[in-house]
Amino acid sequence: MTQVKMTVNGKAASGEVEGRTLLAQFLREDQGLTGTHIGCDTSQCGACVVHVNGEAVKACTMLAIEADGANVDTIEGQADADGSLNVIQQAFQDHHGLQCGFCTPGMVMSAAALLKENPKPSEAEVRHYLDGNICRCTGYHNIVKAIMAASGQDVSAIAAE
Amino acid sequence: MPKDGGIGASSKRREDVRFLTGNGKYTDDINMRGQAYVHFLRSDVAHGTLTKVDTSAAAEMPGVVQIFTGADFVEIGGMPCGWQVTDKHGDPMHEPKHPVLAHGKVRHVGEPIAAVVAETLAQARDAAEAIEVDIAELPAVVNMKDAVKDGAPKVHDELPGNLCYDWGFVEENKGAVDEAFEKAAHVTTLELTNNRLVANPMEPRVAIGDFDRSDGEHTLYTTSQNPHVIRLLMGAFVLGIPEHKLRVVAPDVGGGFGTKIFHYQEEAFCTFAAKAVNRPVKWTSTRSEAFVSDAHGRDHVTKIELALDAENNFTALRTDTYANMGAYLSTFAPSVPTWLHGTLMAGNYKTPLIYVNVKAVFTNTVPVDAYRGAGRPEATYQLERLVDMAAHELGVDPIALRRQNFITEFPYATPVAVEYDTGDYVATMDKLEEMADLSGFEARRKASEAKGKLRGFGVNCYIEACGIAPSNLVGQLGARAGLYESATVRVNATGGLVVMTGSHSHGQGHETSFAQVVAEMIGIDESMIDIVHGDTSKVPMGMGTYGSRSIAVGGSAMVRATEKIIAKAKKIASHLLEASEGDIELKDGAFSVAGTDKSVAWGDVTLAAYVPHNYPLDDIEPGLEETAFYDPANFTYPSGAYACEVELDPDTGQVSIERFSAADDFGNIINPMIVTGQVHGGIAQGVGQALLENCAYDEEGQLLSASYMDYAMPRASDLPFYDVDHSCQTPCTHNPLGVKGCGEAGAIGSPPAVVNAVINAMRSGGHDVKHIDMPVSPARVWAAMNG
Repeated sequence: MTQVKMTVNGKAASGEVEGRTLLAQFLREDQGLTGTHIGCDTSQCGACVVHVNGEAVKACTMLAIEADGANVDTIEGQADADGSLNVIQQAFQDHHGLQCGFCTPGMVMSAAALLKENPKPSEAEVRHYLDGNICRCTGYHNIVKAIMAASGQDVSAIAAE
Repeated sequence: MPKDGGIGASSKRREDVRFLTGNGKYTDDINMRGQAYVHFLRSDVAHGTLTKVDTSAAAEMPGVVQIFTGADFVEIGGMPCGWQVTDKHGDPMHEPKHPVLAHGKVRHVGEPIAAVVAETLAQARDAAEAIEVDIAELPAVVNMKDAVKDGAPKVHDELPGNLCYDWGFVEENKGAVDEAFEKAAHVTTLELTNNRLVANPMEPRVAIGDFDRSDGEHTLYTTSQNPHVIRLLMGAFVLGIPEHKLRVVAPDVGGGFGTKIFHYQEEAFCTFAAKAVNRPVKWTSTRSEAFVSDAHGRDHVTKIELALDAENNFTALRTDTYANMGAYLSTFAPSVPTWLHGTLMAGNYKTPLIYVNVKAVFTNTVPVDAYRGAGRPEATYQLERLVDMAAHELGVDPIALRRQNFITEFPYATPVAVEYDTGDYVATMDKLEEMADLSGFEARRKASEAKGKLRGFGVNCYIEACGIAPSNLVGQLGARAGLYESATVRVNATGGLVVMTGSHSHGQGHETSFAQVVAEMIGIDESMIDIVHGDTSKVPMGMGTYGSRSIAVGGSAMVRATEKIIAKAKKIASHLLEASEGDIELKDGAFSVAGTDKSVAWGDVTLAAYVPHNYPLDDIEPGLEETAFYDPANFTYPSGAYACEVELDPDTGQVSIERFSAADDFGNIINPMIVTGQVHGGIAQGVGQALLENCAYDEEGQLLSASYMDYAMPRASDLPFYDVDHSCQTPCTHNPLGVKGCGEAGAIGSPPAVVNAVINAMRSGGHDVKHIDMPVSPARVWAAMNG
């Protein structure tokens, strides 16, 4: 067992992990941050996307010990300081960008990373960026729309509801 | 004007806040004090005799609590099947035993052989590797037509020919159907495959068993669409636990699409093992396990024929289908190719004579059961491909041929045992033609051709039977359960209320839409209403969510219970207002005396019910809580017309969806935003089936598409924005909300439109392709055009 220390959502976090412990497992099981979901075992689905030192990372692809000393942000730390939904989260609710909610944390974290590097993405750019995030419920329509709306673009011309 | 609340409003979903902030509570988020973890050792061969399962070395591994094998379950019931089909000779289907853990033989890759319970998941996995298993391999059978040949390997030794049933529907009509074909002016024949799929909800299945020695109560936390059904099946048929000692909880569930209806071995195992090892036992499926243990969907091979007269009227339809059951019967598997498929073969058309034959076949593959649409997508795909092909052969417009044969008068009794109550197929087709901008298609095709691409347009109609289902009817058809729904409405003293519904939400947003209905009925704010579901200790016996039944059946139960609440509240109000009960009116959350300005607020009435000081106790009981069970009088029949426009690269065979339009008739609608979202998701799954997804086995029964590396899930870049409309509304005539259900329509209605569009595109390039099987992959398209 190895001790790891990192900053998670702005707070110090530490724990004893095996060499094979994944960052996703450390967050869920040691830290109780169960908003980071595990939907596959081949790093395809993206339900576990978190930010490590500001970069979007699939937490099932990274060992916990690799994140030693890092700044990690998860879905639990995304709301505004007063607890209200941030712009991206609010856009997902406003545009019905989620149904069962299981892929949603990864979608929100990926969307945040996208908008950081590309503040006004086109529809094609959003769709391309989400290649590593699978949603089985929404057909992506309202996810793409929500992300474009969160970027400040007018989405009223995109088909209804 | 859009409403801002109640029925018809696009109320934002209240469940979203917890999901968007990481506060959802899914089964895998639950950790019990002292829990142990289970890992299942699964068969890596498709068929064989178990000659040795030696756990002695594994039992000595660090952290191992106990190891279980098939021998531990010999005295325990097997996995039950909830539907018995009677074959065309009047005999019951063959129903082989389905053990919790394999014993004697293994029959598909992924079948659990042993279960290791250990302190940690890693230790359980490590120990499983130390179990010595010898399997004497037997020849496997994967292809259904091979399986029914003489001398084929026997999946179950007692069942030569591997036939579960040979079903004819309606058997008495067969002679008349055959005669109509002999007299036909034209017959169109098509052979096709409805490709095998894996449902793939993003949340893998999870089960946690717990046993409380203080009161002898078992609890199972599970990823289920219907916790009461699991309680009944597992309690009564597998483990022998009465309902009052068995609680089943399905908390937030991350998508179901049918595959979380069924009772699975892992649920029974965790419940059983928790008592055996005296601590909670948790299993979390990996995605790799999900591919070999979640029930698969579809997998039909069909020959379908349509007879037409000289005026192109449909005169008869005949089908011959092989339906894969996999190695064992999953919970509702026998009903899917029969009563959820054969009864839909009339589609939107007034074909007077129909005969459906279905042979259900065992193979050495994972069990197959209901997946979004369940039987209805298979019926729609056959019929709508066939009608398109008939139009091509006859040289007529495919939309005109459909319109000519539409059912236009309702109610309409089909020759396949169901009666459509309402519909307007002309209206949805009219709407579709407007949405799809048919008149602009030729210009778009020219633009594609200028880029060296081909462009195709495809259309289809669909009808589905939802709101499942009238209990006395399904009982006659072989269901071993009723299909009513329940609701309890518990009003609190200060006026807020809780609805406990047997429906289960795993993405559909019931917590929002169900509250809208009650808010509308009483005239109070939606925020005063909570919806509770998914816990057998809180909710009355309910049948859960599948078959687009929640609002039509569960919503109706909730309406009935709320009507009882209102009736009692009016009685209390009449006393408080010293007026006749018949004069009391409820509007906007206040009771008033008709024709006067006397009124009393909702909250005053609810308070009086629970603080019955000045209260007519001789006449009315205190309290305000009512329960209703609702059993539907008929199925509901959503319908619609879908159009797809594709662009095809003739050099690579790559197809892209350029436009997708859907005109649905769902009857009345509670929350248009949620309904539209349901259609979006259904279309994506239908397009996934048509273009991308395929569950493929090799001849030895090895699953080739066993991860997201190999099974092509639709990604955002595979799909367009969809144009969805549900303004055509013919309300259901037999439920109180006039609703029909919307959950499966998209998946039912979209595959034929896609394939029809691809074939239309290929033909526009001069390739006379008759048919191409799904998924319409670039390799298949290229081969079809260059074959």
